[in-house]
Order: sequence, then C-alpha cells, then structure tokens
Amino acid sequence: MHLGVSESMRECEYSQISTRSSTPMETPYKKRTSRKRKWESFPGRSKFYCDGRIMMARQTGVFCLTLVLILVTSGLFFTFDCPFLALQLTTAIPVIGGVLFLFVLGTLLRTSFSDPGVLPRATPDEAADLERQIDVANGSTGYRPPPRTKEVVINGQTVKLKYCFTCKIFRPPRASHCSLCDNCVERFDHHCPWVGNCVGRRNYRFFYMFILSLSFLTIFIFAFVITHIILRSHRNGFLNALKDSPVVVCFFSVWSIVGLSGFHTYLISSNQTTNEDIKGSWSSKRGKDNYNPYSHGNIFTNCCSALCGPLPPSLIDRRGFIQSDTLQLAPPTNGITMYGATQSQQSHMCDQDQCIQSTKFVLQAATTPLLQQQTSEPVILTTSPENGGSLPGRTSLTLAGPCTSLPLGHPASQDSLHEDSVRGLVKLSSV
Amino acid sequence: PAETFHNLQELRHSASLANKIFIQRDYSEGTTCKFQTKFPSELESRIEWTLFEDTVKTLNNYYAEAEKIGGQSYLEGCLACATAYLIFLCMETRYEKVLKKIAKYIQEQNEKIYAPRGLLITDPIERGMRVIEICIYEDRGSSGSSSGSSSVSGSTAR
Repeated sequence: MHLGVSESMRECEYSQISTRSSTPMETPYKKRTSRKRKWESFPGRSKFYCDGRIMMARQTGVFCLTLVLILVTSGLFFTFDCPFLALQLTTAIPVIGGVLFLFVLGTLLRTSFSDPGVLPRATPDEAADLERQIDVANGSTGYRPPPRTKEVVINGQTVKLKYCFTCKIFRPPRASHCSLCDNCVERFDHHCPWVGNCVGRRNYRFFYMFILSLSFLTIFIFAFVITHIILRSHRNGFLNALKDSPVVVCFFSVWSIVGLSGFHTYLISSNQTTNEDIKGSWSSKRGKDNYNPYSHGNIFTNCCSALCGPLPPSLIDRRGFIQSDTLQLAPPTNGITMYGATQSQQSHMCDQDQCIQSTKFVLQAATTPLLQQQTSEPVILTTSPENGGSLPGRTSLTLAGPCTSLPLGHPASQDSLHEDSVRGLVKLSSV
Repeated sequence: PAETFHNLQELRHSASLANKIFIQRDYSEGTTCKFQTKFPSELESRIEWTLFEDTVKTLNNYYAEAEKIGGQSYLEGCLACATAYLIFLCMETRYEKVLKKIAKYIQEQNEKIYAPRGLLITDPIERGMRVIEICIYEDRGSSGSSSGSSSVSGSTAR
C-alpha cells in the first residue's frame, strides 16, 4: 500500500514538473546496448577527435592559421626557391629544409593533439571526504565557504596549494586551472592558442621542440630566400626577385619565434613555468629567501629533466569504456547515496552548487527513518541503477546533485538539477 | 572470515561498503608522486600499521623509480626524440612498465593482506594519482566476526 501510494505520487510528480523529453527510466536501457568511451562524458571543455585519440582546446581557429602559415611559407620556399638554390648551390638545402619542415610539423601536431597533463576531477566520494575534512577544520558551514588553501613546505619553501572549486581537488604544486579548457593541468605553463591546446607537463617538451625547430626553419628559409634574391638580382633586378618569395612572412615571424624560443630556453634552464614567471613566484624581488624549490641546481640537469625526463602517462584514460558496474554506494551515514561513475558530468555551478548541497542535507535528514522500511525501490529517480539486483538491503536514494554523476553522459543543466532537488523535497514531504 | 573474503569479487558483492578513506599525496619533496604514510585512524582496528606503512612505502618507491631522472631515462628520451617518438608505437615507456608492476603489486597486496581484513586498495592511477582509495567493507554475513569490529559497527549503527 505504501508503495502504491508512492508510485501514484511519482506519476503525478513527473507529469507536473518533468520538462525533459525522455524520462530517466528510458535512458539506461537505451545506453546499455552501446558502450560509451570516457571521452564522451569528459567534464571539461576539451574537444576530442578520432574517437578520443586526439585532444584539443575548444577554439582551434588559430591553430589552423598556424598550420596554414607554416605550410604556405614552406610550400612557397620549396616551390620557388629550392629548385634555383639546389641547382646553384647544393641539393643539401632542400633536404635539410625538408627534414626541418617535417620535424616542425611533427612536433606541432604532437603538442596540439596530446593530453597536456589534465587532472581528472575528483570522484564524488573523494570530494565528500575533502569537504568533511575542510568543514572539520573550519568549524563552520557558511553558504560560501572561504577560499581553501593548504600550505606545504617543499625543499624549504612554503608553497600554497589552492582548492579548485570546479575539479573539487587541492591542486598539486605547479598545477593550474585553465579557464579556456576548464581543466586543471599539471605543471601548467600556458594556454597556447597558436597550438590550440594547453601546454603542460606532458607536452611541454614537444612545444619547446616545436618553437625551437620552427625558429631554425624560419631562419633557414629567411636566409636562403635572401640568398636567392641576391643571386637572382645579379641577373634580373631586385624587385623582380622579391615577388614570389615568402620573405615578408618570414621576416616578422623570425623575430617573434626566435624571441619565444629564447624565453622558453631561459624558463627550462631555471625550471620555471610561464605561469610562475609571469606571477614572479620565485623572483628574488619577493623576498630575500625566495628561491625556486623545483630547480635542480644546475642548468644542465634542469634542461635534461624537462626535455629528456620520463613522460608520464595520461591520467584521463580517454579511450577507456565507461564502466557502469563501478557503482559506489556510500552508506546512509554519509548523506545521500550517490552513484559514482568514473567520469562525472558536472556543469559549472557556483551558487547552485551550494543550494543543491544544502538541499541534499535536508533530504538526508528527512529520509533517514524511511531507509530501513523500503526495499531497493528508488525514491527519487534521475538515474536508475544498472544492476538493481545487486543492491544491498538499503534503499538507494539518488539525488541529482552536482556530485551525482549522470553516468550515461547527459550533461546536466543547472535548471534540471535544481528541479530534481525540489522534486525530491516535494516527494518526501508528501510520503 | 579470512577465507570468506579471499576472492575479491566475492568481497565486493557479499560485503557492503562501510566507508572509504583516502590517502592524500605528500608534496614535501616537490611534484614527484609520493603518498602520505600517516596511518589513518579508521584503519586502526582493521590492520597493523606496519603492514599499511609497508604498502605505502613500496608504492612510493615504485613511483620514485618511474619518475627517476638518470642515465636510462635520458637515453630513452633522446632515443624517442631521434625517432620522432614513433618508437613508442612499439615500445612502452619506462613509466608505463612501472605502472604495470604497481598494478600487480596492488593486486597481490589486496589478495594477501587487505581482502582478508575486509579492505580493498584502489590503484591510484584510477584516481588520477591524487589519492590511494581504501574501501572498508563491513562483513554482512557474520556478525562482528572481523577483528575489532566495534568501530565499524559503530559507524553503521546510525
């Protein structure tokens, strides 16, 4: 009888409030047939291509421009200057040019397409655990808790670790959150629009090799184009030779690229990131005792560790399949039982986040006595359990809060999540 | 009780998850991967701290080995650069090799030491190398049969 009442109430609930076209009950069955890869439900703003093999930032227009510039400049060089120079001087010129060009392209693509060292977001259990620890430390539960920092001493320097509200983790030292890609990146250097990706721990060496080889290539092309013009102008005249040559593009890019290479060479030799250098984190101007705790001491070791050090693997496992059976049930004592898929879909919620959190606490308080009576029938439903049979004798109370993942990859809009919390409250107050 | 949980799959299905604790990273030596060896209070009744410390220290050593900058890593780096990183299509990086060793070690530790005590360690790589997640299971089949279950039953009595 109890169940009958709740069922009819639930029907009323759905017809009144539900604004989504498909009910949550349908989606699990639909998705069960096709397994999704983890990149499809990646919470950041990165774009994936080739079924998760390629990872780039959202805006790739400037990257296309970079490609076009390099291809056009090199193309013009090989078409118009190389035949002349190969005949007049040596065939080594196009060969070396060709090798350089291929190296530039290779490193560019490697920089743009690889994972810069994105840190996956915290699982709901981890986030809850951290929250608990912080609340214990703070002793207060304000609506907007103060910025959370942790201090750690690294090689004698005090470093502040900041808490990332989006990823719900304490960022490791040197990590930073890229607002364009909406990810925390390890050893964050900068977000490079020319390359269409963040530059971080895993692709910094490719980025450096790219700008270094590009400097060589531009200097090479520039030098031999000038040579070509000089040689030709002996015959035809200066202006005639000037057309059909990529001199203008080369001229401007040489200075900027060479300058950038020089800057990054300095950064590598002192083991700093662009981020740290811009902020002046380790500058002696900040204090007499301020020094870089990550530096190995000498330039050679710094360079070697940055360029030839071990390459860590990607932490986000783009091409793995989402495992629907890794449902983690937290006990009722923790609050609301939540489903934790390996990738949680989190929209950008700041104040909504807090509102939903407080709603969750209210629900917890309201439903604790109910949990012992009911069977595994969900009281509030946004995602149904995939393996409902294996639930232990506790009720699973699911709430579409920010920590609850929609493991099937549906992006949760702020409104619908808020809506579900309200629906839940109404449900429980009526039962 | 030791035999009951010998099979890890059985542990997951027959026991119910009581709690999860997270061993955080220790950044005192920089950005290298190292986990804190501080013994969490929730495990006090479940496992001896020497065993726990041993596991964490061994894991830390493995990670240090993976991230070590020395002759071999330079050789690998230079060779990779010379072959335009195509060599990694057929060869694993040293880091990946060590990660495989770590996975095996964790599996072994779980089977021998942690599962019999109703605990389960999750490989840190599955949590983005942020934490070592330890699941604490409550033995539903037998009442209070696991050693020192007073704290466990206390937490689930609510």
